[in-house]
Amino acid sequence: MSNIDLSVKIGKMTLKNPVLLASGTVGYGNEISEFTDLSKIGAIVTKSVSLNPRKGNPPQRVVETASGMLNAIGLANVGVETFAKEKIPFLEKVKSDVICNIAASSIEEYVECVNILKDFAIIKGFEINVSCPNVKEGGLIFGNDISAVGRITEKVRAITDKTVILKLSPNNANITDFAEVARKEGADAVTATNTLIGTAFNIWTRRPKIKNITGGLSGPAIKPVALAKVLEISRKVDIPIIASGGIMNWEDAIEFMIAGASAFQLGTVNFINPNAGVEIIDGLKQYCKKVGITKLSDITATYRL
Amino acid sequence: MQTRKGTVENVVQIGEVTFLIKVEIPEIAREIAPGQFCNIKVSETNFPLLRRPFSISNVKGNSIEFMIDVIGEGTKILATKKPGDALDILGPLGRGFDTSGDYKTAILVAGGIGLAPFPFLINSFPEDKNVKLFYGARSKKHIIDYNYKNKFICTDDGSAGFHGNVVDYLNSSMDELKGDSIKFFACGPTPMLAALKRFCQANSFDCEVSTESAMACGFGICQGCPIETTEQGYYKLICKDGPVFNISEIEL
Repeated sequence: MSNIDLSVKIGKMTLKNPVLLASGTVGYGNEISEFTDLSKIGAIVTKSVSLNPRKGNPPQRVVETASGMLNAIGLANVGVETFAKEKIPFLEKVKSDVICNIAASSIEEYVECVNILKDFAIIKGFEINVSCPNVKEGGLIFGNDISAVGRITEKVRAITDKTVILKLSPNNANITDFAEVARKEGADAVTATNTLIGTAFNIWTRRPKIKNITGGLSGPAIKPVALAKVLEISRKVDIPIIASGGIMNWEDAIEFMIAGASAFQLGTVNFINPNAGVEIIDGLKQYCKKVGITKLSDITATYRL
Repeated sequence: MQTRKGTVENVVQIGEVTFLIKVEIPEIAREIAPGQFCNIKVSETNFPLLRRPFSISNVKGNSIEFMIDVIGEGTKILATKKPGDALDILGPLGRGFDTSGDYKTAILVAGGIGLAPFPFLINSFPEDKNVKLFYGARSKKHIIDYNYKNKFICTDDGSAGFHGNVVDYLNSSMDELKGDSIKFFACGPTPMLAALKRFCQANSFDCEVSTESAMACGFGICQGCPIETTEQGYYKLICKDGPVFNISEIEL
């Protein structure tokens, strides 16, 4: 089976396999590395890093819903300076390839964060978060504004040759317009998608179960939605797609690749099985063997409609 | 650390909604310390999706015990497990109790199912410590019997023991406590822990509390279980920095 090629190329970045661990579900790698071998994973996408540290939202931040979970963490993070000083050395030590997720409350902040981080060899690319549903600035305020997404992409593209990925929101009418503006302004890929806005109430207290009132819905509950978004972008826009939304096993991952994804991210499943990424890599190889292909990337966008 | 498969040995009902689940899982039984917890996947399907966190109630040889109240779908499934069933467990997780130190008397304060971590803790004290348990429940029928010695019961409705909550009782017995070198260990509802914090700070007692929160992962990556600290500007995580904290570290 060693002759099966799982590698994928996105922008200038070549990953040994298409398995990415999604931002906000692996921290900065240190905790999850106790449970899984990060050097085997295509890349980890860091918890969103912002220019200044962020405390995040007050509790309650998470609640389980039918086949999913709502979260409103609020981009809690250590800030770019501490990330560079304390977190990057650890990621170098465990030989993990890294895509750095950046959140910001202004276009200038995105640029400044990328500027500070762009020369670290371990960082293969940047995922620009314009779709966090849980903060006022830095999230959907940009993700729902096509011209802002265009300007952010243009400015970030101008300062780095590394792979630039725009993480798109499913919470707008036409995701393909956002994918198209990202492509036009030079993004190497889009991630589809971030979480869906949702809420849940306690019927006895009549209060929302999450302090932030709404949160981002993730997990198997959103998989059909994310799959449809990936397919839609694949059919209309010529840009590599990194799928994200409810992948629990290798079968889900293959489904996303057939629907148009070049690579995919595991999110909620990491909370349940922190070794899921490594297990899925094995499943991908088995699938290639069963269907008689030697290069996994050949199945991307092979849907028969 | 890895997720581990345990085998259910038995499930025994010990209270109105309280069950004791004994699971053979040598790796965790060997490593776990009092106050630490495990995150359990109660089904093999996506329902319930997330693991459920439970403190370790006791360790017996190669087995561990969980004391749970059946409240929601996850605990309902757990209580119906049969001997021989496999259970997917992540643990040991978090930071437990610190029983070291030169105090003479350990006073354990439990509220409701907050009793859960104490059987293991009681067995873990050095022999030279006196151990007393102050245990509060809503009423007589909510009291969980676990053969404790040195036990003082309080009930909210007065149907057994002291009529009132545990912290009221502690206040009323201050004369007996004065002069003794005491450390408190507590687990229970947040209002009880907050009242105990005020009591301990007013009387300069050292105190550790076991806290709880909804959480997803249990080991620090989801950031779902923050707790306010006494230092401004950032939260601690109950799963990783706790669940046991010294009361001087956190806001309740």
